[in-house]
Amino acid sequence: MLFFFIFLGIIAVLVIWVIGVYNSLVGLRNRVKESWAQVDVQLKRRFDLIPNLMETVKGYMNHERETLEAVTQARAAVSGAGDMESRMAAEAGLTGALGRLFAVSEAYPDLKASTNFLALQEELTSTENKIGFARQFYNETVMNMNNKVQMFPGNIIAGMFNFQTEKFFEVADEAQREAPKVSFD
Amino acid sequence: MWEQIAANRRKSAFLVILMAMLLAALGYFLGEYFVGKGGGLGGVVLALVVWLVMTLVAYFQGDRIYLSMSGAQKVEKEDLPVLFNVVEEMTLAAGLPRMPDVYVIDDPAPNAFATGRKMETAAVAVTSGLLRRLNRDELQGVIAHEIAHVRNRDVLLMLYAGVLAGAIVILAEVGLRSMWFGGGRSRRRDSEGGGNGIIMIVAIVLMILAPILAQLIYFAVSRKREYLADASAAVFTRYPEGLASALEKISQSPAKLASANKATAPMFIINPLAREGQMAANGTSTHPPIDERVRILRSMAGSGFADYEASCRQVRGKGVLPGSALKDGQGGQAHAPRRSAMDGIGAMPGSRRREEQQAQAKEAQARAEQSWDGGRKQAREVDDFFYKKHRYDRVECTCGATLKVPPGFQLDRIRCPRCGREHALPGK
Repeated sequence: MLFFFIFLGIIAVLVIWVIGVYNSLVGLRNRVKESWAQVDVQLKRRFDLIPNLMETVKGYMNHERETLEAVTQARAAVSGAGDMESRMAAEAGLTGALGRLFAVSEAYPDLKASTNFLALQEELTSTENKIGFARQFYNETVMNMNNKVQMFPGNIIAGMFNFQTEKFFEVADEAQREAPKVSFD
Repeated sequence: MWEQIAANRRKSAFLVILMAMLLAALGYFLGEYFVGKGGGLGGVVLALVVWLVMTLVAYFQGDRIYLSMSGAQKVEKEDLPVLFNVVEEMTLAAGLPRMPDVYVIDDPAPNAFATGRKMETAAVAVTSGLLRRLNRDELQGVIAHEIAHVRNRDVLLMLYAGVLAGAIVILAEVGLRSMWFGGGRSRRRDSEGGGNGIIMIVAIVLMILAPILAQLIYFAVSRKREYLADASAAVFTRYPEGLASALEKISQSPAKLASANKATAPMFIINPLAREGQMAANGTSTHPPIDERVRILRSMAGSGFADYEASCRQVRGKGVLPGSALKDGQGGQAHAPRRSAMDGIGAMPGSRRREEQQAQAKEAQARAEQSWDGGRKQAREVDDFFYKKHRYDRVECTCGATLKVPPGFQLDRIRCPRCGREHALPGK
């Protein structure tokens, strides 16, 4: 009889523990989803800002047809991308194209004096920052999730209920990992 | 990071509990002393009642009372886009559930603070003096520090700690005064041969020492939270130099904030009440000395919690962050390391070595000096914001000047001080 109650107690503790781990896994997964949504909002915002920017810049930068076209194409690539992998690559391409556009814009004093352009530049720069910071937070939540899923004893529960590790949002383009090299000769 | 904050909360909670015990002990001995044997329990109850009333008052007074007291103006995105964007960026970096409201205080002293017991109702405020002086990276560091206070729930913690310290001070004060003037019943008891001399001595010692102890604990908690907020700011921005150089600039300003008081001091980025010539590292300040904070931030090898702790050990000889922060200390560099900059498009490689960081600091300074135009533009935006809030009329002169006409202006015409043209004022 005593043995039976001890057995029952152990079972009860186990069940409570499983429920606790399961709930924390669900919480972590939701947090990953939520933080990805934040990244997505900012990517969408950048996408929407670009036509505005092109409209403003067009009049000033007639000689930079290539640069402007590169941005337009990169944007089209983003909207055309099917799966996650290709979308990330396209977004990285867009980041690069925009960076070049702003670098080139330094050579146009009229453009730099336009309040409209300055406001857009601040918006896009800040949106780039926000993408970065949202990604930073997303990766942190992903790491918390993955630690829980892979480490003992959470991995037992994760396996039972089929929780998967999540993917980090890494910079897709190898070239972008390198900081731009500047030389003064 | 979530685990780390929980652990830090436990550590600070321990100090607060220590204060609560001090309060209970004070109540007990006051009861024994004034009421006599067996009065201790009543004393504890009295102490609890004082504390409860004060907590309720502090809680329902609203955490925004300081905002209205200091004349802070709420900022929308159109008013000051850069400030607004920076707050939004740091909200994302910290993963707050909601972006805090943004306020500006018209005060030349550069400072900033955060308020809000809950993350959902938080607000950050900066002074116009701060906006005029700092570049974008520095502003980001300061805002990150304030957002860290919100994220770490420091406002609530300091509220509890402050109320406890206040209750202890009040009880001790009342006790001392009634001992001087009323004498208490115990004196008669003593003459009756009650013989509780020990209780009397302990009560008097407690009445004198408890308020001092309570305030020292309060300051210790506050300083701990400052270090943690600095470390979190470095983790959020991945660029400790921004906050370091901001702190330096802020500390060099001689202006003192007009509207700060003791209760709100811990939430500012630097102590707004610091007296001139105050001993740098003494125990009676809400903030650690600025040059120490700057040195710690500058000698960080990366931008994680572990880097901050290592640098802190090097500068102060001891660390400040709880162990779990360091176990969890991927914080900085493990993934997607980057820093933001005005031209920061694309990602930068993460764990930078120190020389590299110093080179970057120099470069940032050079850039800040170069882009003085940007600084002027920001200063003008701040001015325009307050002109608008104070209902000044704007008159654009054909020579390019903008005249700001105060709302009480009597005449119906105004002369441009630059070119001498006269303008009719509409609506006069």
